[in-house]
Amino acid sequence: MPFQPVKFYQTGTFTVGNRLLALEQRSVQANMQRTNSLNSGHRACQGCGEALGARYAIDAAMRASNKQLIAANATGCLEVFSTPYPETSWQIPWIHSLFGNTAAVATGIAAALRVKGRREVRVIAQGGDGGTTDIGFGCLSGMFERNDDVLYICYDNEAYMNTGVQRSSATPPAARTATTMPVGPEPGNVFGQGKNVAQIAMAHNIPYVATATVADLHDLEYKVNRAMGMHGARYIHIFVPCPLGWGAASNDTIRLARLARETGLFAVYEAEHGEVTSVSKIRKRVPVEDYLKLQRRFAHLFGKTPALETIARIQAMADKNIRKFGLLEQGGQ
Amino acid sequence: MDKPFAITLDVGSSLANHTGSWRTSRPLYVDSLPPCNNACPAGENIQGWLFHAEAGDYEAAWRVLVQDNPLPAVMGRICYHPCETSCNRGQFDSAVGINSVERFLGDEAIKQGWKFAVPDKASGKKVLIVGAGPSGLSTAYHLVRLGHQVVIFDAGPLAGGMMRFGIPKYRLPRDVLDAEIKRILDMGVMLKLNTRVDNILDTMKSGGFDAAFLAVGAHIGKRAHIPAGSAAKVLDAVGVLHSMEGEEKPMLGRRVVVYGGGNTAIDVARTAKRLGATESIIVYRRTREKMPAHDFEVEEALQEGILIKWLSTIKQVSDEGALTIEKMVLDDKGFPQPTGEFETLESDSLVLALGQDVDLSLLNGVPGLEIKDGIVQVMPNMMTGHPGIFAGGDMVPSERTVTVGVGHGKKAARNIDAWLRGGEYAAAPKHELAAYEKLNPWYYSDAPKIMRPMLEVVRRQSTFDEVQGGLDETSAQFEARRCMSCGNCFECDNCYGVCPDNAVIKLGPGKRFEFNYDYCKGCGICVSECPCGAIKMVPEDV
Amino acid sequence: MLKQCEGSHAVASAVAMCRPEVICAYPISPQTHIVEGLGEMVKSGNLAPCEFINVESEFAAMSVAIGASAAGARSYTATASQGLLFMVEAVYNASGLGLPIVMTVANRAIGAPINIWNDHSDSMSQRDCGWIQLFAENNQEALDLHIQAFRLGEELSLPVMVCMDGFILTHAYERVDIPAQEQVDSYLPAFVPRQILDPAEPVSIGAMVGPEAFTEVRYLAHAKQMQALELIPQHAAEFKQIFGRDSGGLVRPYRCEDAETIVVALGSVLGTLKDTIDEMRDAGHKVGVLGIVSFRPFPLLAVREVLKNARRVVVLEKSLAVGIGGIVATDVRMALSGLHLHGYTVIAGLGGRAITKASLHKMLERAVKDELEHLTFLDLDHNLINRHLEREKQKRRSGPMAENMLRDVGVVAARIA
Ligand SMILES: Cc1ncc(C[n+]2csc(CCOP(=O)(O)OP(=O)(O)O)c2C)c(N)n1
Ligand code: SF4
Ligand SMILES: [Mg+2]
Repeated sequence: MPFQPVKFYQTGTFTVGNRLLALEQRSVQANMQRTNSLNSGHRACQGCGEALGARYAIDAAMRASNKQLIAANATGCLEVFSTPYPETSWQIPWIHSLFGNTAAVATGIAAALRVKGRREVRVIAQGGDGGTTDIGFGCLSGMFERNDDVLYICYDNEAYMNTGVQRSSATPPAARTATTMPVGPEPGNVFGQGKNVAQIAMAHNIPYVATATVADLHDLEYKVNRAMGMHGARYIHIFVPCPLGWGAASNDTIRLARLARETGLFAVYEAEHGEVTSVSKIRKRVPVEDYLKLQRRFAHLFGKTPALETIARIQAMADKNIRKFGLLEQGGQ
Repeated sequence: MDKPFAITLDVGSSLANHTGSWRTSRPLYVDSLPPCNNACPAGENIQGWLFHAEAGDYEAAWRVLVQDNPLPAVMGRICYHPCETSCNRGQFDSAVGINSVERFLGDEAIKQGWKFAVPDKASGKKVLIVGAGPSGLSTAYHLVRLGHQVVIFDAGPLAGGMMRFGIPKYRLPRDVLDAEIKRILDMGVMLKLNTRVDNILDTMKSGGFDAAFLAVGAHIGKRAHIPAGSAAKVLDAVGVLHSMEGEEKPMLGRRVVVYGGGNTAIDVARTAKRLGATESIIVYRRTREKMPAHDFEVEEALQEGILIKWLSTIKQVSDEGALTIEKMVLDDKGFPQPTGEFETLESDSLVLALGQDVDLSLLNGVPGLEIKDGIVQVMPNMMTGHPGIFAGGDMVPSERTVTVGVGHGKKAARNIDAWLRGGEYAAAPKHELAAYEKLNPWYYSDAPKIMRPMLEVVRRQSTFDEVQGGLDETSAQFEARRCMSCGNCFECDNCYGVCPDNAVIKLGPGKRFEFNYDYCKGCGICVSECPCGAIKMVPEDV
Repeated sequence: MLKQCEGSHAVASAVAMCRPEVICAYPISPQTHIVEGLGEMVKSGNLAPCEFINVESEFAAMSVAIGASAAGARSYTATASQGLLFMVEAVYNASGLGLPIVMTVANRAIGAPINIWNDHSDSMSQRDCGWIQLFAENNQEALDLHIQAFRLGEELSLPVMVCMDGFILTHAYERVDIPAQEQVDSYLPAFVPRQILDPAEPVSIGAMVGPEAFTEVRYLAHAKQMQALELIPQHAAEFKQIFGRDSGGLVRPYRCEDAETIVVALGSVLGTLKDTIDEMRDAGHKVGVLGIVSFRPFPLLAVREVLKNARRVVVLEKSLAVGIGGIVATDVRMALSGLHLHGYTVIAGLGGRAITKASLHKMLERAVKDELEHLTFLDLDHNLINRHLEREKQKRRSGPMAENMLRDVGVVAARIA
């Protein structure tokens, strides 16, 4: 959401709340009555970006749907840390079926609700990047193509975290994972073609596609809200840093998400019916090193002899995003 | 619902799992000392009053402000605002216009007629204050708030001290000064004007005072030994500025030379210009960089057409007023050294602005006092060597500014109060400084500083109208909102929002937050993402 | 109402009368006609309210059914063979979650080599998946079992597979008695889910369960199937009251009372077997047939009761547990624990090979003389096998076995669908 300085508000909408803003301009997370859809006591690691992203998104969806919400969840960290018997952290009707079928399960729920005439109850499917871009991709694409009334949310932490940090198709080049070790002539993950599921979602011409990060709460909530205001297949891809998997400090989760955006490595935008409708501009552009250096998965790039060429290639990816999506303000540097 | 065993669970049941046990360090809310507060000579809680101004609650803001400083409208005009110099926002874009907001609040208070509250419990103690300048007035104000009875004696015809007799009207309009003094007097302070104290001990005894605070200022202009013809018109700056307040304005002539490099020199030169001098020239020994006057004042003077001769000393004044000037050079230590090169400068009058001395005659015969370099030495509690006699302002060793004087007043009042009660005032320990590095400035919106409007130069050259205007409400509020609230929670809800474990409890507007250590895993995101550095991590003792 | 129609059509009509709310399907022979029929009914508005969803895979089909069922909708799908295998993960999941989905399996062989014709390999591969598995002998029973399946599944909160032989039943035109809607309605009450995803009463379904409770969860799954053993005969009895015919139940013995030799089998082959047995009875052999309707839960006691006085049992099955032999046979043997009678396993009808009366006669005649091998492949072409084995002995890389054998038969590529 583009920042709108109606009047100057000290932090504008950059912070979670802002006592100077009108209540309706504050985030859902600022509200004392927020649902805490994913409640305390879950077993996510310290500083888990996915736990944060899930609460942000689902709380926002709960508000948007007036608490008439059902969620289907793919196997993955989010599912495991939230519902180990005998405790669940969810406060909403929630189902976990399998790793790769979440979009389809959600389709089924939506179909059941439709047949029962319960239009007011809305359906969300959610999963990790693995559950979305890899194993669940078929079901996801099918759901898109049928334009089922489901909002699918992918929490992208760029690897299979739950099984111990293996590479997924969302793992960035050069990143170390358990299956792309920093050894050999091309250490870390390969520079592949990439698999940009948000763009693929757009290619399905579904009503709404958006990307977001946990560093940009108002933007994230706005997008969830916007998506919830529509029917049909919708997709939101949320960037959620993983301290454990990325080898980052647990307190750096939001900083990393912010840097991913500010470097241009992760483009934040929204699209309707296959066309980009808005782009979140970079506020203070930074070189990719600022982002990479905070993560041990990229540590091999900054050894005794820094892998300048590799870093330059990653920078080129960021630059390309900046060009492609127009991530800089007019006249920005 | 007939739930299948283990597969289907009751919502929210994870509350039974206290993840707080994972923690190795815990977050704590702290209130650190914002650099502005730290720098304020009057000890104002600047961040504290800006907080209310941000929300548009100007009266609350003003009330927090006047807990420390009873003269905000004056301060908002003449304070040299070291707060702004050290303001963290200066490292982000430019310092918060603290002084502008203070002035706005001060003016607003006058406009709205806000009054000081007076305590209903009287201590029964009576304190004499000598001097109704900033320091004396401030002490009086704070003592009254502490329940004491206060009487001020001042030798002059009007209260205000240097604020009236040292600072020109164009910087501090007198109605503003009068209003703020009146508000203090309205608290029940008795003011005796035109009353010189010749012997402090006698006065205390006869008046039945339990303690005294001396703040007579420094009103005696320093004279340099410049050989001058008997007809030469050589005046001193304090005298000139003082007479501006009388019926008879000083006669300075068309070419006025001011000798000195402090703020007083600038004030006199600018005053001379306004009185009609075609040329008002400042002669100063060193360079602009070395000049003690504040640069913005120098700048304003130059704008008004004041000329400044740098690296020049006055050696001699002839009867006709011709000044012999010697050119100087700076040595490697930055001291001016004579060159032996001379020139002549014509003048109708020469005003010496070389500093002021204190009139210490009232202290004659007081035992125990220590006087050094013409000023009274005081202990850290502002008490002189004589028990019960305290002193402050320009007559004690310190920087001579109104704000420092006001600060002395607060400090002295607290110590006098303690002394009167037979105890000792112990200041609360200072909080850790909220350094810029502790902030997460990402969260602050970009917002360039709003400058106050300035009177156009022509009117500055011919009238005593106030040079610097104030901000209107919108701009003042904008400026207040630029404050980053360094080191003090401003309820932005970030911690409440960013905790992945919902381990932050929001207590409601104005009540801030609390950690729920049952669930806090100690990830530290709240600390990193607190914009103002009001949370810190401390190791958990295991 | 009596009607001459295709098996698939009969099943589609029955399913429609059960008022399913969500049907999802992905095409695979020989299941196609069933869902095509239902799709048309939904599209035309004759089956309403109902959502018919064309999914992108069987995995999605079962997953959609899972979601729909968890949200309280009566859900149905159908598949076969490769399709069933493709959805396996979700098949297990549906039963694990206790969702009463009904699925038709139009039984078909599993490749490679790919083969579209009938046998029971597909549903047998899922015998441990936690679903109830009912096998239909003919189209009437296929129709009836679907009605019973919804009733049973929903009462127990367990999914039910109705297995019917692909092509042999699905594509066969037979006369069936299509019940009236009122009859079905009086037999099958509205679906009241045990657990439901509903904002009014939120729950978390599908928790992760560790060693501390997993065994108990599995035990309970088993206990539920044991409950089904009691319910199935009750439901069959009720069914008879309303519909006036015997359908379903656990087992169906035919001329077993005094039989010395009893053949155990499932599905449509029972018809041929009964004819064969009749002829053998006429020839003086004391033979009988035991049809198993409920393969899961497996009615150990009922089977034992029928077999206990026989001298030998021949299990004829359309599936092969490669490396050991019979699948049904193993279960039957369980039922006979402690009883001493000869047991034979006959693998027949794989990949659509016709099971003829002649072959059955030949086989049974040897069986009654106890001349049968313990594991017999009915009508196995020994020449073909021997030639291939010979070839393999000579040359390690002898090429694809199936192709070689077909070349021997002389119809390369002629029968690959
Ligand atoms: C069919 C299947 N294959 C593999 C797995 C093992 N598995 C469980 S979670 C997971 C990784 C999940 O990764 P992702 O979807 O990115 O979510 P994350 O844990 O990173 O949040 C894998 C591989 C599985 N549960 N099911
Ligand atoms: S930003 Fe505000 S709190 Fe921080 S130093 Fe400046 S005025 Fe003080
Ligand atoms: Mg992942």
